[in-house]
Amino acid sequence: MRKHILVLLALALTASFKAGAQSLLENSQVSGSFQTDAQYYMLDEGIGITDLNGKKLGINGFGKVNYTNGNFSAGIRFEAFLPEMNGFRKELNGVGLANFFATYDNGFIGMTVGDIYDQFGSGLVFRSYEEWSLGMDNALRGARVVLRPAKGVTLKGVYGRQRYFWAPYLERNFATDDYRGIVRGVDAEWDLNQSITALNDSKFKMSIGGSFVSKKQVNQSMFYNIPENVGAAAARINLGYGNFAFSTEYAYKINDPSAINNFIYKEGQALMASLSYSQKGFGAVLQVKRIDNMSFKSMYTGKQNDLDINFIPPINYTHTHSLPSMYTYSTQPNGEMAAQLQVNYTIPKGTALGGKYGTKLTFNMSQVNDIVRDSVKYGNAMALNESGTLGYTSKFFAISDHRFFRDINFEIDKKINKDWHITAQYINLYYDIETIEGHAGSPVVKANIGFLDVTYKINKKQSLRLELQGLWENEVHKGYEVEESEKKDFQKRGDWAFALLEYSITPHWSFSFADKWNYGNPVEEYRDHYFTGTITYIHEATRVMLSAGRQSEGVVCVGGVCRTVPASSGVSLTVSTSF
Amino acid sequence: MKKLMTLVLMALVFSGLHAQSKSDLPNVTLKDLNGKDVNISKLSNNGKPIVITFWATWCGPCIKEHNALNDVYQDWQDETGVKIYSVSIDDSRSTAKVKPTVEGKGWEFEVLLDVNSDLKRAMNVSNPPHTFLIDGNGKIVYQHTGYFEGAEDELYEEILKIAKKKK
Repeated sequence: MRKHILVLLALALTASFKAGAQSLLENSQVSGSFQTDAQYYMLDEGIGITDLNGKKLGINGFGKVNYTNGNFSAGIRFEAFLPEMNGFRKELNGVGLANFFATYDNGFIGMTVGDIYDQFGSGLVFRSYEEWSLGMDNALRGARVVLRPAKGVTLKGVYGRQRYFWAPYLERNFATDDYRGIVRGVDAEWDLNQSITALNDSKFKMSIGGSFVSKKQVNQSMFYNIPENVGAAAARINLGYGNFAFSTEYAYKINDPSAINNFIYKEGQALMASLSYSQKGFGAVLQVKRIDNMSFKSMYTGKQNDLDINFIPPINYTHTHSLPSMYTYSTQPNGEMAAQLQVNYTIPKGTALGGKYGTKLTFNMSQVNDIVRDSVKYGNAMALNESGTLGYTSKFFAISDHRFFRDINFEIDKKINKDWHITAQYINLYYDIETIEGHAGSPVVKANIGFLDVTYKINKKQSLRLELQGLWENEVHKGYEVEESEKKDFQKRGDWAFALLEYSITPHWSFSFADKWNYGNPVEEYRDHYFTGTITYIHEATRVMLSAGRQSEGVVCVGGVCRTVPASSGVSLTVSTSF
Repeated sequence: MKKLMTLVLMALVFSGLHAQSKSDLPNVTLKDLNGKDVNISKLSNNGKPIVITFWATWCGPCIKEHNALNDVYQDWQDETGVKIYSVSIDDSRSTAKVKPTVEGKGWEFEVLLDVNSDLKRAMNVSNPPHTFLIDGNGKIVYQHTGYFEGAEDELYEEILKIAKKKK
């Protein structure tokens, strides 16, 4: 009897709960996504893989679920690296709830607790983000408040500790080198066009913003007097008039000795500016940037991209084809001067060169050099970039002769008729591999690269795509003499050829076969073929990709942040879906 | 008995969860190319279909998809009144390039900037291109990831289905 009463009670309660919750549930939505990337590794003496180091399988997976209800949203993300795939950081190995958050935002005030992804301005002093393909996540676990007190005015405050692989957030563990500090930041932005009624539809556009971010860290060093509070501030302005747009941001950071800058006590600076003009059929943009000692991490011993509080965007063309993307520039936070010019133009339809569909042209040029550093006085002696000193002085507009990178490229994209479409690009590249990838003593890569991408539509559903690519180095050829001891530095160097044939049946299937061949490597044993075969199946938001073959040693970059991928051979599978 | 209670409870909760919601579009505000705020949950096209497609200036297949969509956009608009919102997930390294790229390529879509990937996360997009079709009631009726030649025809068939329903 008691049991029956309990059931009735429960039913009554749930019924009333349901009635009360009806309006709540009516607007509820659950959505999410899953992805698993797995690779099965095999021995392949042909490309020098004679030992798998006990690792036959690498699996990276995540699943996330979001719940939203009107102004409220919450989510969790679960991650599993069992173990991590080759080329990902070993510290990722593990399984767990990596991320959770809850947000309430009614337009006037927004509050988030949990893991926060946000950025101030262009990110020069604060950006937390996540990039699955790089195994990179510097989410800030803490709280954020966003206030919009008046139209066009946004105020933000964030507070928290950054994600460091699987390290716990609560207790710091100095035994495992986890000296993570706390990150705090505020940002204000004022959009005059939204604020001032008279400017609402004006051709003149203006918005300004400013931010301040500081980290509070614990000094664990026996050698250096590490500052416990390091502040950084930035100011920005965006202007527009008709077809012109101009934006700039300047950031300043006080002394912040760290493993990245060799423990110097110099202040840091960053300046970015861009000017663009666009009208239908034509667009041009010029960007410049100066970075000086701007690595900003919440742990002064942090390596690589660990615990970055800020983000220094590289301003280069992002190549996505196999050979052009082999040498991708990554930001040098200790110092760089960079410029980029890009012009997009469409030769109009109906002209002799434009044809029926118009011809799309893109020109891009970017270059990065080092900044100029002068010695500072250290006692009675002079010192340059010596730890424990002010490091160096640097004239703001001086450009060093040391060039890190240059890329000049031209692309033509042409739909010839209903069935044929071609894209072709020529690239002239200069890549200081010693600075960018840390291969000491390696000769600079100076190369000409070309690709041709031809698509032929067989019928409404089926198409064929052929990609031909070549990379030719100016100096490092087959005949280039390599000392036995330096051999390793010449992996992937010299000339390459690449071909890919893809057959696709829209909307579900794609079959492709590719060969990447390092035929012109100066070291004979590196003149390898890297064959891969790939099958992709797509159904709405689900993608399954199975590929088998060899992967060459290389660098995978997203957003200027890169990870190196070792050469491998085997079978890999990617499954992703969202709902 | 406990099991039964649990089942009853679960059934009730789930029946609630399955109740029809108002709009599938998240409460995220993005800026358009003129700097104006656009709240995604309030997007409307007078009951006609909306396409939201995610892309980036550095994404080859996305550019192909956009070019293909742009070639047919005028016809699609005339026939169904569909409106295409093109969401760029370019971050600060390439946001300055978005407008010159869009104009330079002559695309006619409404372009929105998702600089902080807020909408990308809220709509569970893993990799661009990723395209959503939204009906007149704000419901996501179709989505597709990746781009193969001719995929726009498939999308158009789906657009026609919901455009016809309206009549």
